[in-house]
Amino acid sequence: MITVYHYMAVSAILFSLGTFGVLTRKNAIVIFMCIELMLNSVNLTFIALSRHLGSMDGQVFVFFIMTVAAAEAAVGLALMISFYRNRESIDVDDINLLKW
Amino acid sequence: MDTSLVQQAIDNVNFAAIMPALILCVVGMAALLIGVFSKRGRTFHISLICLFGLVAAGVATVGGWNQPYQFGFSGHVALDNFARFFNMTFIIGSILTILMSDDYLKREGYPISEYYPLILFTTAGAMLMASGTDMMTIFLGLEVLSVSLYVLAGLFRNQVRSNEAGLKYFLLGAFSTGFLLYGIALIYGVTGTTNLTDIGNYFIYHPALLTNPMTIAGMLLLSVGFLFKIGAAPFHMWAPDVYQGAPTPITAFMSAGPKAAAFAAFLRILLLALGGLENDWTSLLWVLAVATMTIGNVIAISQTDIKRMLAYSSISHAGYALVGIVAANEIGISGIMFYMLAYTFMNLGAFAVLTLAGKKGENNLTLDGFAGFGFKQPFLGVAMTIFLFSLMGLPPTAGFAGKFYIFAGAVKAGYLWLAVIGVLNSAVSLYYYLRVMVYMYFRDPNEEFEWVALKTGAVISIILAIIGVLYLGILPGGVMEMAKLGLF
Repeated sequence: MITVYHYMAVSAILFSLGTFGVLTRKNAIVIFMCIELMLNSVNLTFIALSRHLGSMDGQVFVFFIMTVAAAEAAVGLALMISFYRNRESIDVDDINLLKW
Repeated sequence: MDTSLVQQAIDNVNFAAIMPALILCVVGMAALLIGVFSKRGRTFHISLICLFGLVAAGVATVGGWNQPYQFGFSGHVALDNFARFFNMTFIIGSILTILMSDDYLKREGYPISEYYPLILFTTAGAMLMASGTDMMTIFLGLEVLSVSLYVLAGLFRNQVRSNEAGLKYFLLGAFSTGFLLYGIALIYGVTGTTNLTDIGNYFIYHPALLTNPMTIAGMLLLSVGFLFKIGAAPFHMWAPDVYQGAPTPITAFMSAGPKAAAFAAFLRILLLALGGLENDWTSLLWVLAVATMTIGNVIAISQTDIKRMLAYSSISHAGYALVGIVAANEIGISGIMFYMLAYTFMNLGAFAVLTLAGKKGENNLTLDGFAGFGFKQPFLGVAMTIFLFSLMGLPPTAGFAGKFYIFAGAVKAGYLWLAVIGVLNSAVSLYYYLRVMVYMYFRDPNEEFEWVALKTGAVISIILAIIGVLYLGILPGGVMEMAKLGLF
């Protein structure tokens, strides 16, 4: 029997994996993919809880998150392209002009 | 589908509750379209349209002051005095930003017409955050604000510095959004609702759930998301880089409006939804307020770039405002509202001076670049002095009144040590603010000192900021009474 706890556990693991990826990866696009993984684990949490609680709020929230993630992706990829044009790299180690 | 439910949902729509944000969105979209059909490089008329939109939104906000509160969209939005006060702060910040922007963009070679509508959209997002009474609205407002700001920070697309600022802000901002959402999801899981008041009521009837690990984890993750937006330690690392790399008017804008919006939404969530956990979040924020003030001030001492120094000072100012949240009483909360308005005036004023003082490429915004500035450019020197005095918190300026109210709130709530640490931190900040003035008045200018031209827009914005700083400093009572009416 798969209960809401299983879903919560899976989404917690996915969220942790995403966080770990953001902190360890060097490529800006991979970091962005890890952020999307985090957002989708939140979506899974919302859906599972919504089903468990019998309330629609969680499902509506998921639509908002998906829409916002799409808008964020559009802006984020555009920023990465303009950075790549100037530096020929999207390695976060090359984002080093501004420090201290 | 039950038709009465649909009817109920339609009846719940109340456009009056989002009127200021709605005006800004409509004017912003119209300005975007007009920009497409205008000649390339001509942006002045678009800035005028956007100013008009902001003034209209301001009229809609001020006209509603103390009128009955407007609720709408099934309890998702409330236009109460709290939201109206913050809306005025955002509008003032945006007006000052737009005034100083036009000549700056032309000088830097980026007369981009999308710039002004994006500022309006950011402001609209901030308004949604301040008037949101549901996690969904607050999240949506936060994202409207953030996505527009990512673009604005990376606006100078051929300049690596600006690219870096935009990309850093984007990656870290999206990262923090993930935490915020996970926190919201966990609290939704405990209470079964995303409405702030319902969450608060649920905890009143089920106090045992307050100590549930899921609630605590939810509160912590949610706080991470907001503390990031506020720029509080230990989530402040993005702020100096983004502030230094972004176009100067955008830096000014970012440090005032969006920060105030994050404070507004954070206050609503903490007080309405998580009021039962007050002991937990006050002890958490006590530590973070001290850390934020101290880190911001201590690192600012070693900065030679003035934009970056003001970025660290902005971190420490977020720390002072956090003191008001820790106090969590009437004078502390209204103190935050007052302080955010005061900070909008003084910080935007200081940055308006920087937009004029910078030369193309802005490599001269260092302490050495300001040597002898005060005597060579008397008007800008005096203006900068007033803003620096206000940032230090010396009377009779707005900064003094704001800090006074916040620390008074902390003392009244019994956090004497927090107030003492705050005052000591203000003393530390004297060093790096005064150093700018020492360079301005007591150092000889470089031989090749070039006179910078005073541009009308920026001068108007500097004069407005001076009036605001002095008015709030000399007669703070009236505005403070207004802030007290804004408490919910």
